[in-house]
Amino acid sequence: MNSIAFIIISVFTVAAALAAATLPNLMHAALCLVLALLGLASFFFLLGAEFVGLALVFIYIGAVAVLIVFTILLTRRDSKEHHGFNWSGALIALAVLCGLTWAILKTQSLTFVPPHVRALTVKQIGQVLMTGYVWPLQCVGILLTAALIGALVLVMEEKR
Amino acid sequence: MTPTLQAFLIVSSALFSIGLLAALSRRHAIFILIGIEMMLAAANLNFIAFWHFAPAPHPSTGVMIAIFSIAISAAEAAVGLAMVIAVYRHFRTTNVDQFDQLKG
Repeated sequence: MNSIAFIIISVFTVAAALAAATLPNLMHAALCLVLALLGLASFFFLLGAEFVGLALVFIYIGAVAVLIVFTILLTRRDSKEHHGFNWSGALIALAVLCGLTWAILKTQSLTFVPPHVRALTVKQIGQVLMTGYVWPLQCVGILLTAALIGALVLVMEEKR
Repeated sequence: MTPTLQAFLIVSSALFSIGLLAALSRRHAIFILIGIEMMLAAANLNFIAFWHFAPAPHPSTGVMIAIFSIAISAAEAAVGLAMVIAVYRHFRTTNVDQFDQLKG
């Protein structure tokens, strides 16, 4: 893990996220969100969490981004009209950024020595998921099923 | 010179603030969902960074929480986008300023 890769990835990710937040065209913003999530996944690769990076690419870019693009296309009729930009939201976001950065830089106990990367293999993740995290796993399964059924019920045509 | 934990936390807080900017200042419902997704992803980056820089006994808790958080945000995105489509059918718009039927 070197700092040049870190700087390149962080500049790329923050620029793509900023473009996703501010571009007027909705489709361009969704594609920039995909770029920002790719940068985030490469952060995960840099930090030694390859499985989470791959899961992020599969779930966010493979599923959520495609879902967002489908929703944009389904609700396209008024995407041309001008939607205003609320500058007080930008002020609040800037204040939150300044507060968080100040808190991070002031905290003394964050200066750990960087450890040597111990690889967490997929086999280990599977074993932990099936032993210690079985109940959270089942709950997430129920939650995903409920969300799927709920989304289908929400978008179903109303019978009159 | 390797990047420190502070560097990762600052990038993550920048991503969180950009997500907050998108969620607060855009008037389009899908932009608000994009902002919420970005905030959740920034929280995931925090989990993984703290897991990577944790001291010696190295449990897999950070990775597990990140995986569950990704699953929950996928569920949130599915329901949120379904709600956007349902509201669009009703109001014929996706501008959140015009969803004001409950306004007192």
